[in-house]
Amino acid sequence: MIETCDQIFVLLLHWLESFLPASWQSVAGTVLCAATIVCLFPALFALAVWLERKGLGRMQNRFGPNRVGPFGLLQPIADGIKSLTKEDIVPFSADAALHFLAPVVLVVTVFMGFAVLPMGRNMVLVEMDAGLLFYFAMGASTELAVFMAGWSSRNKYSLLGAMRAIAQMISYEVVLLLSSVVVVMITGSLSLTKIVEAQNHYTWGFPHWYILTPWGLAGFVMYAIAATAETNRSPFDLPEGESELVAGYHTEYSGFKFALFFLGEYVAMFSISGLGTTLFLGGWSAPFSFLTWIPSWIWFFSKLMLSIFVFIWLRGTLPRLRQDQLMNFAWKFVLPMCLLNLFVAGLWRFMGDGWLRWVVCSAILLLAYASIALGEQRRKHVGPRSYRYAE
Amino acid sequence: MLGEGILKGLAETARNFFGSYFSAERLTTVEYPEQRIAPFEAARVFPFLVYDGADWQAGLRCVSCQICEKECPPKCIYIEKSKDKKPDALGKPQFYPARFEIDISVCMSCQICVEVCPFESIKMNTEFELSTSDRFGGLLLDREKLARSNQYYHQIHPTEAAAVDARLAADKARADAKAVSAAAAAVAKAASAAAATAGEGA
Amino acid sequence: MNQPHSYSSTVTERPEGWNRPAPIESRGERELLEVAMGPHHPSTHGVFRMDLALDGERVVRLKPEFGYLHRNHEKIAEGISYLASMPYTDRLDYTCSMTNNWAYALAVEKLTGQEVPERAEYLRVILGELTRVQNHLSAIGFLIQDMGASGTPLMYAFRQREKILDLFEGLTGARMMVNYMRFGGCRVDASPAWLDEARKVVAGLPAFVDEFEALLRSNEILMARTQGVGVLRPELAVNAGVTGPMLRASGVNYDIRKVDHYGIYDRFNFRVPLGDHGDVYDRFMIRLLEARESIKILEAALKDIPVGPVIDPKAKIRGLRPKPGEAYGRIEAPKGELGFYLISDGGPNPYRYRVRPPSLINLTILEDMCLGHDVADVVLIFGSVDIVLGEVDR
Repeated sequence: MIETCDQIFVLLLHWLESFLPASWQSVAGTVLCAATIVCLFPALFALAVWLERKGLGRMQNRFGPNRVGPFGLLQPIADGIKSLTKEDIVPFSADAALHFLAPVVLVVTVFMGFAVLPMGRNMVLVEMDAGLLFYFAMGASTELAVFMAGWSSRNKYSLLGAMRAIAQMISYEVVLLLSSVVVVMITGSLSLTKIVEAQNHYTWGFPHWYILTPWGLAGFVMYAIAATAETNRSPFDLPEGESELVAGYHTEYSGFKFALFFLGEYVAMFSISGLGTTLFLGGWSAPFSFLTWIPSWIWFFSKLMLSIFVFIWLRGTLPRLRQDQLMNFAWKFVLPMCLLNLFVAGLWRFMGDGWLRWVVCSAILLLAYASIALGEQRRKHVGPRSYRYAE
Repeated sequence: MLGEGILKGLAETARNFFGSYFSAERLTTVEYPEQRIAPFEAARVFPFLVYDGADWQAGLRCVSCQICEKECPPKCIYIEKSKDKKPDALGKPQFYPARFEIDISVCMSCQICVEVCPFESIKMNTEFELSTSDRFGGLLLDREKLARSNQYYHQIHPTEAAAVDARLAADKARADAKAVSAAAAAVAKAASAAAATAGEGA
Repeated sequence: MNQPHSYSSTVTERPEGWNRPAPIESRGERELLEVAMGPHHPSTHGVFRMDLALDGERVVRLKPEFGYLHRNHEKIAEGISYLASMPYTDRLDYTCSMTNNWAYALAVEKLTGQEVPERAEYLRVILGELTRVQNHLSAIGFLIQDMGASGTPLMYAFRQREKILDLFEGLTGARMMVNYMRFGGCRVDASPAWLDEARKVVAGLPAFVDEFEALLRSNEILMARTQGVGVLRPELAVNAGVTGPMLRASGVNYDIRKVDHYGIYDRFNFRVPLGDHGDVYDRFMIRLLEARESIKILEAALKDIPVGPVIDPKAKIRGLRPKPGEAYGRIEAPKGELGFYLISDGGPNPYRYRVRPPSLINLTILEDMCLGHDVADVVLIFGSVDIVLGEVDR
């Protein structure tokens, strides 16, 4: 019974495939899975938009939207109808072909990333030996779409916004990669299914998730920072800053194309959270051994929605970083920590099982963090101040 | 330590998020128009004219002295004095406004007209749901639209109306007392004049 | 016969390019990017335009353009009586109408020589300091919103501001355009119930200010974005006539409440916080500390307020005709030194009515503060000046 619940979608797929002749089955199966992903994640996007508006509202002591439908649940549909019925304005001097293709490229490359994410036991669309590599290749392609948007608008402000976005995304791409490489190093494989399976063991009820190790926690924090920067979310959302001078690379887009950019951003958030879950939070495995009866795909999607909630929480709290501060942060602070993390992970493996490796690795990481942080603060004379009063 | 401030900020936001489900302090929205905040007693929106009794034309307190028209900063009041007079609450014949119009799209709710009126005849109303689609006359209130009874005044500004009524009653009492003493004096004078003529006659 | 009316004869001829900013010469091969920020802009706090010349991201030249909200306040005042100008002063710095009223009433009282009863002085102090608290909290909230924190701290500050505005509505009948001060006192007396409500509100303020400070004081992103940005040197500040929290953040000890001893401020024990660096961070921390000091004054005033009249019953409300002369009345408004200069010629209307707007005077050194900084910093520096366009343009 538990097994059936867990594998329900796989069984459903096989049953649907059985209606077709044998040679068509695998192709049809892949097409069906792909279609499901393409339908499911935009629906989750609608849910995420609703969650964001209500969540931000509650953090700001107000209701979110609550007029359209019960608790405002139909608000994303209203927003969708609005963006579909708006006039599609293409600037006269814009490069029309590129202008049209940019959102298309964005959406296509973002969805491609889902092909290698294991969403449950035996629930990967494409079983690849180098799944992680494929994912990063697709992720880097999304940056192309951003630049296409900025360039084709033939507008110096959009170009400025696009340049800023690209610079930010490239810097944090390096960080993303380096923080994921630690996991690959320890698991010994680039395949995402193998990474999840390596984390699916339990000791005294606790799972072997990589986040529960010193190098894994550090790696996860840096991955989270890089993920926030990759998807242009607050506090790294200067490229699309609403209260800044330029409205960013999607200034010249209206109507459905703008909705596609918006969709692309949120689906990228899902995709990168999915990867983070797979690498550090154990993918579809349960947090405690007595909870393994709950189907694996429920765990995967719960962790995904939890990550989304953390993104919303960060957005509601933190002000924006300025462009040069953002880049400084990436290259001078996060990147050295990533490299150190690699060394620490190697040390972890070298030292073998036991409590000693926990102490040593944690100590090295904390020391490095404290010293770099203090150094940065002292150098820039940035810190809390005290004030005097006149006589 | 680096990152501590960010964590404190996150804790604060989380506290507000969860608190908004439990305490009214952390969710201060009032969902108008289904829920309304009770208006304050002192609230002022646009002026209205007070009348005593049931007939607004007979009981209108305004005597068309035009002080409010003069003192109004944006000059939104337009008054035309009548040619005839009618008796007021104390019995004295007074002018009344043949036309009294306030353009509430100009009025800035400053309440100076209320302050300077010597006859307690113009007061501030608290109605604010006045939007209209009539561009050209919808926001020009004439005498009839401005007139409201004294009972209405008591409803919206109870303390103030009670104080005004007390003042007017005191004025009336003083006027009555003066009338009584004037009548007594007149009677006494007539009596002494009659006695004098009677004394002369004899 | 029936020619369509041609407007060309009524339109003055204007030279080509009259409404474009002056072209900025390119520096060598690097062309400067000319950008106009505003008047429609989410962070310009009103209708205000800044013509920026950028070299990459750095600001090379900044020319402010205001006047979009000019409403002829000073000219109107010459045509209406002194009393009728009072509601117009509400609309100068429309977030702090109590202090605007107070400055104007002070100027007229200097002109006519009227005395103010003690209870009225206490009420003026209470309402003025409440205005100061809500102004400083909102200013900090708006600054953080400009930084992109999606308005969360702003909403918290507005929670407290709502309580203070409810107090104003309970006393004067209006939340923002209060029209409360009169020449020689206040318009209506505050009931004991109102004073109790005010004490409750003031009792809740210190906890909020602490919560606010904790949210902001140690936030690293905030510190990184505001420290060292928009530095204003004290000599420059004094020479430019800057007043208010901006001046004190640069380290100059000048608070008109201590210098002029107007009202009854001498009876209260409050300190004047001073900053050392004069950057954006100092300016908003000084505002926070000043809000704390205001709360101290409020607690003392609400405790000691005497009974009595709030205005001399024989004071002239309308038809005021001051003797010919001139007077300048100034107060420490939340934004700086707010002054009213009145010249009377003996008639019912002033002969000349001039407002010294702190926001405008503080804005004159915007360019000096912004040169060399990035575009993203311009928004913050502008927000730290804390202006209200109603005052700048009048």
